[in-house]
Amino acid sequence: MKHRLTTRLWHWINAAALIVLFMSGLNISNAHRFLYWGDYGFDPKDAWLSVVRFPAWATIPQRYDLAEARDWHSLAAWVFAIGLLVMWVASLVNRHFRRDVATGLSDWKPAAWKRALAQHTRDDVEPDGRYNAPQKIAYGLVLGVLLPLMIFTGLAISPGIEPAVPWLVDLLGGRQSARSIHFITAWLIFAFAVGHVSLAFAPGQRAALKAMLTGRTGEKQHD
Amino acid sequence: MTEIKRRTLLAGMAALPAAACSEIADTGPARSLFETVEGWHRGAHRALAARQALAPEYAPDERSPDIRGNGSISVDTPEYREGLANGFADWRLAVGGLVDTPLRLGLDELKALPQRTQITRHDCVEGWSAIAEWTGPQLSALLDMAGVREEANFVIFRCADTLYGRPYYESVDMVDAYHPQTIIAHALNGEPLPEKNGAPLRMRIERQLGYKHAKYLTGIEAVASFEDIYDGKGGYWEDTNGYQWYAGI
Repeated sequence: MKHRLTTRLWHWINAAALIVLFMSGLNISNAHRFLYWGDYGFDPKDAWLSVVRFPAWATIPQRYDLAEARDWHSLAAWVFAIGLLVMWVASLVNRHFRRDVATGLSDWKPAAWKRALAQHTRDDVEPDGRYNAPQKIAYGLVLGVLLPLMIFTGLAISPGIEPAVPWLVDLLGGRQSARSIHFITAWLIFAFAVGHVSLAFAPGQRAALKAMLTGRTGEKQHD
Repeated sequence: MTEIKRRTLLAGMAALPAAACSEIADTGPARSLFETVEGWHRGAHRALAARQALAPEYAPDERSPDIRGNGSISVDTPEYREGLANGFADWRLAVGGLVDTPLRLGLDELKALPQRTQITRHDCVEGWSAIAEWTGPQLSALLDMAGVREEANFVIFRCADTLYGRPYYESVDMVDAYHPQTIIAHALNGEPLPEKNGAPLRMRIERQLGYKHAKYLTGIEAVASFEDIYDGKGGYWEDTNGYQWYAGI
């Protein structure tokens, strides 16, 4: 798999933005560690989830500071949102999405998953230089659902945006629901990132990591 | 790469940005970048929503059981105690600054003005929300009565309460000052404003977070700039804790 410069740039800028957003988000979560469904919620006894207090080492800044955490969150949100928009426009225009990420009917058949598994477990089945079915689905879900959902739920919990798009808040089930979904989706993206990073550092995956850094795998090209 | 090195690298990757962020945030350029970005958010909000676009209003049965009292929940002076006992008969709201006709209005005079009643959601910067019905005259009516001069850019809200020894105050720009839902509330859910929610008067700035909604309101002041007021950041939390002056996020 080769990666275009635009893909690589977005990948790393986005990674940096997500780290800042996630860690400053944990700081913001510490301000009121209770999540609710619906339009309102302020009483911990009505919460559907009591969130743990995140330790200082996991937050930006590295102490409880709601104001500064919100500064970082608001700054990185621009980088994240504009980056995602540019990435999507570029991927549609240069057909990266359609060629490499969009699934076909065959990707949803068991055979495609068996083949993906075989690429990892059997020595005689070589990766073909393309994303396999679970990769396409995972990337499609993250790029197309989870990351945009972070932006939409983030906008929905901003009282200054709501008068412009009141339907968005209604669609998400009210401001406190949007806040809950924002929190859940952040952790789904974290879970993806853990899997993604583990796989990137797994034995035999140096080519993939190198491809995202330099654009070339240094191995036989299949593209 | 060995297993240990790989782990060290990952831990380092995670710790580096956090530590760097803490360092960077204290520098002047970072501060001005944050302020620039705050301006972008405000600009984007103002561009996307019409100046007079309303915050959502709810039906009576959508109200929450209570509105939490946060920050100051009383005013620790004998005059305030007395006011609580006598229905704030002597409370006066001053309207001044860059106006043609400074005003001093009692509660009865404020209640005699055209009233707006709205059931809106209160969003705290901490993350929680509550819904209640607020009643009072629009700030725009008072500003028009006093005749705001052209050079005024902001409205300052002066308060009776102090928090950690400092007087509370807040400010908004003219867009929010003249917004139809910006009212001086004297009633909550049809009853006189309770002590914990800012009796006898508080602001409602419905498109911004709770700390902008100054309680225990004593004065409204039109100014060209808030640079010379207290620490110059435009509000109590802005001065003391670095909160964002534009609280629409």
